[in-house]
Amino acid sequence: MSERAPYRIDGRTGEWEVVLGLEIHAQVASDAKLFSGAPTGFGAQPNEHVSLVDAAFPGMLPVINRRCVEQAIRTGLGLRAQINLVSRFDRKNYFYPDLPAGYQISQFKDPIVGEGVLEVERDDGSTFKVGIERLHLEQDAGKSIHDMDPNWTYVDLNRAGVALMEIVSRPDMRSPEDAAAYVKTMRALVRRLGTCDGDMEKGNLRADVNVSVRKPGDPLGTRCEIKNVNSMRFIQQAIVYEARRQVEILEDGGKIDQETRLFDAHKGETRSMRSKEEAHDYRYFPDPDLLPLELDPAWVKAIEATLPELPDALRARLQTQYGLSSYDARVLSADHVLADYFETAVKGRDAKLTANWVCNDLIGRLGKEDKGIEDSPLPPEAIAELVALIEEGVVSSKIARDVFERMWAGEGAPRAIVEAHGLTQMSDTGALEAAIDKLIAANPDKAEAVKTKPQALGWFVGQVMKETGGKANPATLNELLRKKLG
Amino acid sequence: MSASDLTGLTLKGALDALAEKRVSAVELAQAHIDAIAVANPHLNAYVLETPDKALEMARASDDRRARGEAGPLDGASLGIKDLFATKGVRSTAGSKIIGEFIPPYESTVTANLWRDGAVMLGKLNMDEFAMGSSNETSAFGPVVNPWKTRGSNQPLTPGGSSGGSAAAVAADLCLGATASDTGGSIRQPAAFTGTVGIKPTYGRCSRYGIVAFASSLDQAGPIAKTVEDAAILLRSMAGHDAKDSTSLDVETPDFTSFLGKSPKGLRIGVPKEYRIDGMPDEVAKLWDQGVEWLKAAGCEIKTVSLPHTKYALPAYYIIAPAEASSNLARYDGMRFGLRELGNGTLTDVYEQSRAKGFGEEVKRRILIGTYVLSAGYYDAYYLKAQKVRQRIADDFDAVFQEVDALLTPTAPSAAFALGDRVSDPVAMYLNDVFTVTVNLAGLPGISIPAGVDAGGLPLGLQLIGRALDEGTLFTLGGVVEQAAAFRAKPERWW
Repeated sequence: MSERAPYRIDGRTGEWEVVLGLEIHAQVASDAKLFSGAPTGFGAQPNEHVSLVDAAFPGMLPVINRRCVEQAIRTGLGLRAQINLVSRFDRKNYFYPDLPAGYQISQFKDPIVGEGVLEVERDDGSTFKVGIERLHLEQDAGKSIHDMDPNWTYVDLNRAGVALMEIVSRPDMRSPEDAAAYVKTMRALVRRLGTCDGDMEKGNLRADVNVSVRKPGDPLGTRCEIKNVNSMRFIQQAIVYEARRQVEILEDGGKIDQETRLFDAHKGETRSMRSKEEAHDYRYFPDPDLLPLELDPAWVKAIEATLPELPDALRARLQTQYGLSSYDARVLSADHVLADYFETAVKGRDAKLTANWVCNDLIGRLGKEDKGIEDSPLPPEAIAELVALIEEGVVSSKIARDVFERMWAGEGAPRAIVEAHGLTQMSDTGALEAAIDKLIAANPDKAEAVKTKPQALGWFVGQVMKETGGKANPATLNELLRKKLG
Repeated sequence: MSASDLTGLTLKGALDALAEKRVSAVELAQAHIDAIAVANPHLNAYVLETPDKALEMARASDDRRARGEAGPLDGASLGIKDLFATKGVRSTAGSKIIGEFIPPYESTVTANLWRDGAVMLGKLNMDEFAMGSSNETSAFGPVVNPWKTRGSNQPLTPGGSSGGSAAAVAADLCLGATASDTGGSIRQPAAFTGTVGIKPTYGRCSRYGIVAFASSLDQAGPIAKTVEDAAILLRSMAGHDAKDSTSLDVETPDFTSFLGKSPKGLRIGVPKEYRIDGMPDEVAKLWDQGVEWLKAAGCEIKTVSLPHTKYALPAYYIIAPAEASSNLARYDGMRFGLRELGNGTLTDVYEQSRAKGFGEEVKRRILIGTYVLSAGYYDAYYLKAQKVRQRIADDFDAVFQEVDALLTPTAPSAAFALGDRVSDPVAMYLNDVFTVTVNLAGLPGISIPAGVDAGGLPLGLQLIGRALDEGTLFTLGGVVEQAAAFRAKPERWW
């Protein structure tokens, strides 16, 4: 690990350290809700995905969805965490219109997954470990819509009862970047495991951030919890703002009130949601409608046997098997769909070159259109074919970019595009020699200059390229020029 | 047969008459509909009469019988406690807050009864959310016990919370009724009305579609005219249900097969802690009499100890309200039932709807329950009560190593006057002193009418069995029933 300067906040009284712990809420990938058979799909009309259980009609009872339990176990195994063979569901009681039963079924005392650890890699390739305190299953609430009508609040219960995994970290992070890297790593993990789609825009993965500050070496300070932050960028902005706010209060001689805060993405600031005094007394107690959840160890083993290669193992393998740089390996392993894409494209091709095309050109282009690798209009076979054309010397890297744009525009397969537009590199020495001779004859002074200033050769390269529409094979051209002018 | 002959039948008698085509389901239903029309203005046992539905179901039953497809309860006219959700029929749990709610679903217990051919006469009155021991907390007013003290016109309570079920069975306004028991709500009203009531083992009957009071204690069961009728009804009501996670995945035996079995050699425990101070002589004497009956039938009698009994009632009145405070949070004026807008703020909608919708006793229990679960009090109350509950269950486990069943009185007194105890909740709660232990331990308990007090009011004896051993209770219940030869019926004053 390289020497890294720790993240510090400069205050009037010296430097401060920020201490961060995250609670990630990840929506369980499952067709049905946690305790009712209602579907979970996105994009339904309001209140279309609501069962009598979700709406808490009199006499309705919860029945645990086995699939959701399996997903929690799978995630726990992916975190190399302890799977608790006996866990319990508790009721968290509070009144809100989008919480029909007046309580959320959650796991308070005895979660399904205990302690684990996640190794996180930073952009500079250094790594750090984040302790996982627990993972538990709980129900999501519905959605209150306050802006449809000036006088009324509308409630959509489609989300009510959807299964969430709450993954609680230890306060092991010390910078906004590390917090974001942790979320990024967790997201890659749950996506790889297939236990959450990781879609932060839809709120399917969101984080509550616990922020406190202290002088380096001091005991932990009082923390504030910033609720429901749903992008990597906002997580970092919220932390920067909140840490600075706390430092200012402390340096002014004040003290931090333990409270829940909201992040306002428009203003880039956090503001108080409710103080400790206003905090709900949730009156947790074991849900008498549900028996303790007892897991068959054989079932846990069976799930373990189906775990895919996890992101850290994948990253290591990409480096050893393909000789990729740590950067490329990290980019590719952050998203297993991308890694699969690469591994399909690279078959029989140069690994470094293929990785460049996938990590730079393709991802860059997708990013411009706000698309993910799943939405790529180009299959991995198309990228493989393009790389093959470069390897075979049929096109230069420069022409290849042009071909790529045409592929993107839907003009077809790369080889067909090259043929249709005559983009094949000119390696025909005769034609190139004729062009060079013509240039030398027309510009004797420049030809003379090359003798004393070898860099002047570049002018001839450029002119020939222009003449040939960029199709001249650069290697052949350079060789010919050196022979004639050198 | 005359109409009163029909309503005077036991369930078994009616099923036999139906099978032998001596009577049709429609005739049986009509006789009950007419009896209800006469009696209900006086007894207030039904909060909703469903004569059209009853006749429609009865006609369908007669058709099934004609086709040779009659089920085990086909044509039996039953009353349904209003705690059970009945599809398309208003279900209120005796509360204003549920109001005019018409469920689009059927409780599993009632669905099982309809599956077996039963006919619904209507919905029966009850204490609000099953919270009460006298039926006086009902939003529809109290049920009046069909029994009266000899020489008195004082209206008496039928007990609670299943007061409507017990009164309707006692007054021949149905052949049998569904009921529910959280702390004694089947057994105490049965004892107060000279009927048989059994609370089966927790998990025997599905709770799906039954308005929840205290989920870990609530259990459905029948109130019936005889032990045999109770066995027939329970057989249909019980059974595993995937929609209730606490439902037991066990076979439902033919409970009637335990009737008439020899009780010889069965060991009966008499728990000494149940002989409480101030127990009326008549109750104590009846208990002794019960012991003698069982001894005479060949049972072995043992005095046993259930040392934690005195903590049961306090523990119950912590656990039940705690669960209720959470279970009743869904009545918030948002989706169904009563909604009071107040000043239009969210808090006011909650406060006004719940203030107007819930009665005093329900509010009291929500407050107690909220208190005992709140931060700083949880350990001292709720957690402690759960520990007591475990001790009580352990007490039973220990005595069931030595005995096969326990015999106790059902309630500390006969039916008392309406209005007598409404102002003293603790005196009211004492009604449950012999019954709550059974709920806390999840065991089956049955109440058998066994005698009358000096004023001619019925008294009941309770038999408590091992988990899932309702069979032994039916055997012993049959013995007590026969020995007691309880034939008294309330005199018809309505």
